[in-house]
Amino acid sequence: MAVTVSRPRLNWRERMYLPAIVAGLAITLKHFKNMLLGRTKVTMQYPEEKWDSHLPDHYRGAPALVRDSDGRVRCVACQLCEFICPPRAIKIIPGEIPSTDQFAKVEKYPEEFDIDMIRCIFCGMCEEVCPEQAIYLRKDYAITGFTRADMVHHKEKLLEIGGVMHGVVLKWNEKK
Amino acid sequence: MSPLLFWPFALLMLMFGVAVVINRNPVASALSLVVSFLGLAALFMSLDAYFIGIIQVLVYAGAVMVLFLFIIMLLDLRAEEGRQVNWLALIGGIAVALALLAQILYVIHNLKSAHQAFPPLARSTFDDVRNVGLLLFGSYNLPFQIIGVLVLVATIGVVLLSRREPR
Amino acid sequence: MDYFLITTSLLKIAAILFLVILPMVSYSVYAERRVSAFIQDRRGPNRVGPAGLFQPIADMFKLLLKEDFTPANVNTFYYWLAPCLAMMPAIITIAVVPFGSTLFGVPMVIADINVGILYVFAIASLGVYGIVLAGWASNSKYPFLGGVRSSSQMISYELSLGLAVIPIFLLVGNLRLTSVVRYQIEHGWMIAPFVGDWLNPWKWLLAFPMIISFVVFAIAIFAETNRLPFDLPEAEQELAGGYHTEYSSMKFALFFLGEYAAMITGSAVIVTLFFGGWHLPLPSWHGGFHWALVDGSAPGWRGVVGGLFNIATFFAKVAVLLFFFIWVRFTLPRFRYDQLMRLGWLFFFEIALVNIFIAAIILAYVPS
Ligand code: SF4
Ligand code: SF4
Repeated sequence: MAVTVSRPRLNWRERMYLPAIVAGLAITLKHFKNMLLGRTKVTMQYPEEKWDSHLPDHYRGAPALVRDSDGRVRCVACQLCEFICPPRAIKIIPGEIPSTDQFAKVEKYPEEFDIDMIRCIFCGMCEEVCPEQAIYLRKDYAITGFTRADMVHHKEKLLEIGGVMHGVVLKWNEKK
Repeated sequence: MSPLLFWPFALLMLMFGVAVVINRNPVASALSLVVSFLGLAALFMSLDAYFIGIIQVLVYAGAVMVLFLFIIMLLDLRAEEGRQVNWLALIGGIAVALALLAQILYVIHNLKSAHQAFPPLARSTFDDVRNVGLLLFGSYNLPFQIIGVLVLVATIGVVLLSRREPR
Repeated sequence: MDYFLITTSLLKIAAILFLVILPMVSYSVYAERRVSAFIQDRRGPNRVGPAGLFQPIADMFKLLLKEDFTPANVNTFYYWLAPCLAMMPAIITIAVVPFGSTLFGVPMVIADINVGILYVFAIASLGVYGIVLAGWASNSKYPFLGGVRSSSQMISYELSLGLAVIPIFLLVGNLRLTSVVRYQIEHGWMIAPFVGDWLNPWKWLLAFPMIISFVVFAIAIFAETNRLPFDLPEAEQELAGGYHTEYSSMKFALFFLGEYAAMITGSAVIVTLFFGGWHLPLPSWHGGFHWALVDGSAPGWRGVVGGLFNIATFFAKVAVLLFFFIWVRFTLPRFRYDQLMRLGWLFFFEIALVNIFIAAIILAYVPS
């Protein structure tokens, strides 16, 4: 259906355009002046100013593995995160814990644990699905590298980012 | 005038004049004509006739040839490039050109003032714009006005012709 | 052979080109980005050097190091020729513009010819070739449309451009640009005649057509240099960049810088015609109030300082106008093409014509 837009009839002053042009120029000049005087709020100047201290608690940054209070890698290589990860960023090669070990009853540990940070979409599914609370999304967001291989976080790197997480799940302790 | 400047510009003009005729690509021909005009303008200027030189650039190179170029580009004259040379027309054209050249040489030869040096100018720099203006609006005022009316009539004619037929 | 004339001219050409125009071109690009950013509440380029002042150098390296790609089906010779033709006219126009009084007794204008303003128009009218050729040689739709638009736009606005300045030359009686500046030194700037007998009401009556001239001329310059609100030939949204769509690397840069060079010469011509050129009257109370004239004619170092001051004044005025160009670009939206043509042919053309009559009538009755 054709719609006819009725144009307003302009009076002679409006048809001259000049008053409107001058008004427009005044507006842009005001913005220019405010910027010069530093009255305008502008974008954060990234490398110098960072918003690290303003990051909210629920911020989802890079996923990372954590150790428990005993220094043990919490991950039991159940591979649930590997299955749930939507872009399939996680690759785990499980290994067996020798029977002489203090934590022999855990049975499995991740021999290799890679997260391809080019693929990761920071969705947080891995954190949600992990039965051991072994993987957390930390607040690191500046993940860079010169090659694709640089962008894969190996186990050491993941543990380094993750650090130690106290409490929560303590079922593998000797006492239990 | 310094021959140092005369020869390059004269050569430029003639070379590109020939290029206008020889080139098969109409756009190349039109551009050669522009360069030829620029050379001509430079010759005028080296004769201290700045006004005519500049008008040459402004009117011919800057306005007329732009319109030419425009039309050539819009017409897309690809066929022109592959056309055979018509020998009869070529020989006829050369003959006419030679006849014209002979005529000019003959006239110059018989002209008395062509055999003596020009008297030097009264002043080395003279205001040609003012002189042209005074002549045009003084002694030649009537022809000038008539040409003005003629151009006006032509303009109105063009507007009428190019108007879309009301359906 | 007048060797003094030739050497001073060559020196002036080299100095004005390499020390003033080319740096000014690259810094007007920087200014454009910075001013546009400020108008839009952004920061703009501020990384390279203090406040981003070395950005033009980085830009230059970027443009030089990019791949110079020639598409397969272009008309190679004309494709290469077009960028050069786009840059040249803008630069050689500056030859007749007086950019200062005198320095060491040498007049600060490269060629003071008696058809100055006609020369400006003639060379400016050649600028259209670069754009038409670029559009045609690219062998592609959008560049072609851009080229066609641009040339019809330039041809249309050249009329208003030429007619708008006629009142000035009616007043000055001479097409030389140095005479225009001389006249303004004696009688005050064209659009603000405060110098001289400024209480004379006739002069203020004459300033009226001058202001109309100025408005028409400035708008026509906007159209001639393809600046917004008249940047139809480039119209990113409809023509994908217009005539230079197919160009890359330094060839694109030539078009880009040519636009800015044209802007600078356009501003220089406006300054010369309407804002008194290099003239800046300083108030003086030496024996009653009057406007003191600073120029390069004083003896010794004072003359040198005066001459340099005049040159600085001229380019400061040009810079102010450049700011105006940029400011307008980031304020006004683009016209539609038919509006642009109608504006040129049915509006500014007529205004300029009537303006000539008004100026002529005032001049005929002005008691001299
Ligand atoms: S955050 Fe999402 S995408 Fe990234 S590793 Fe975890 S599950 Fe995969
Ligand atoms: S991180 Fe959690 S979910 Fe993933 S393999 Fe280890 S224990 Fe299983």
